[in-house]
Amino acid sequence: MKLITAIIKPFKLDETREALTGIGVQGMTVSEVKGFGRQKGHTEIYRGAEYSVSFIPKVMIQAAVSDDIADTAVETIRSAAETGEIGDGKIFVSEITKAVRIRTGETDEEAL
Amino acid sequence: MKIMKTRYAASVMAARIAAPMAAFAAVMTPAIAFAADAPPKLDSGDTAWMLTSTAIVLLMTIPGIALFYGGMVRKKNILTTLMQSFAICCLISVLWMVAGYSLAFTAGGSFVGGLGKMFLSGLKVDDLSGTIPESVFITFQMTFAIITPALITGAFAERMKFSAMLWFVGLWSLVVYAPICYSVWGGGFLGKAGVLDFAGGTVVHINSGIAALVAALVIGKRVGYGKEVIAPHNLVLTVIGGSLLWVGWFGFNAGSAVAANGTAGMAMLVTQIATAGAALAWMCCEWMTHKKPTVLGIVSGAVAGLVAVTPAAGFVDPMGSLFIGIIAGTVCFWGATWLKPKLGFDDSLDVFAVHGLGGITGAILTGVFAVKAIGGTSGMLEGNAGQVWLQLYGVSVTLVYSGIATFILLKVIDAVIGLRTDEQTEREGLDLVLHGETVP
Repeated sequence: MKLITAIIKPFKLDETREALTGIGVQGMTVSEVKGFGRQKGHTEIYRGAEYSVSFIPKVMIQAAVSDDIADTAVETIRSAAETGEIGDGKIFVSEITKAVRIRTGETDEEAL
Repeated sequence: MKIMKTRYAASVMAARIAAPMAAFAAVMTPAIAFAADAPPKLDSGDTAWMLTSTAIVLLMTIPGIALFYGGMVRKKNILTTLMQSFAICCLISVLWMVAGYSLAFTAGGSFVGGLGKMFLSGLKVDDLSGTIPESVFITFQMTFAIITPALITGAFAERMKFSAMLWFVGLWSLVVYAPICYSVWGGGFLGKAGVLDFAGGTVVHINSGIAALVAALVIGKRVGYGKEVIAPHNLVLTVIGGSLLWVGWFGFNAGSAVAANGTAGMAMLVTQIATAGAALAWMCCEWMTHKKPTVLGIVSGAVAGLVAVTPAAGFVDPMGSLFIGIIAGTVCFWGATWLKPKLGFDDSLDVFAVHGLGGITGAILTGVFAVKAIGGTSGMLEGNAGQVWLQLYGVSVTLVYSGIATFILLKVIDAVIGLRTDEQTEREGLDLVLHGETVP
């Protein structure tokens, strides 16, 4: 099992969600996050006072998937969330050692 | 206000009594002649409008000012900002009943009124103030006494102790607001000298604006000011608050006619024009200098226009009010975006730039644009240049008295209980530390 963590542009969320459910991903967790990478920050002006805001709003998707669709899922997110502009985000993949469905007690692949 | 009442009393009364009785004119002629000379009696139209005005002026403070300011502070301090306006509303209501009204509106010396109406003792249900019940006049004026110190809170936002704020506001209301109010409207020396202030440009806005500047200087800058990002957390609240101010201001300005008449109508019209002109002026200035027309900018400009037209509302025509709006929007923009950073003080929500400079601009321009046919006094454009000097006199007295008295009050409170929260509290947010609550 793999945990896929993708940080993407907020307006790409719906497209990405649809693409992932299309390949059989059963669920995901989404958070509004802030951060910076190569895009750096931006400038805001309030009554003439300029502030450089170094953290830009992004959306973080976390999805647990079985090993056999992990690579497909990564490629699906990459193509769905891509705009070609700087700031498209990143995808991280990590191992999951255990998964449990709370309602039934099912574990691992069955719990996904 | 007082001036307006006496000025209009005779002619208005005659017209009001004559009109409904026109059908009976032939038989009632002696009665009409008698009525015109009689003391004023209650007018239900005037009373209905003043009841309405009073309610919407209260809306300017809670939730108007509360939200306008609340949106501009950081999220960790929004509740403390709302709390200040709300608590001021409660505190000043009681103080106005105890002594404020008496000091501001009963016969006394040339600078402050008497104590004859302390605790509003002896107030009867049929007591009149002009053509409306005195109870309505007391409440209407109470809402002005409430909003004035609430405006000042923007200067020391995000760093003042709640207890110190209550002491300051309570004392300031009695020591500064009441005498200035009396001097201009209650029969004191500024009103008698001929200083024009229709709805409170001097009494409310210059008064609170200079107090705000002094407060910002005495209390000092916020921790991290100029180094860290201290940006508004929710400008939606600020737009809602600013819009409530705009609507409430019709009660403030048109209500200051203390009658439902042509003066009130004209005050309402020029208020709308000046406000729109100032909002556009601020927006355009900002668009040109900072490349973007901001939401905070257009709302701030609207408030600047409302402030500037306040002293002028019953005295100028639509054209004059447009000029007042455009000039005020430009001056206040300059004050907030150039003057404040240049001088380096942390008047956090620009109370001095908007209310102080806007009030001064409006007071002077009232002397320029006053039209005799509208408010009974000519301005400079009609050849009465002396009115501008009179206006400057009113401005100067208010700046000096309010500035010095505010300074002394703050210094005394600082010495006794301290004005500021400690740095740790400021870092964590006043909501949590002072009030034990937070907004998620």
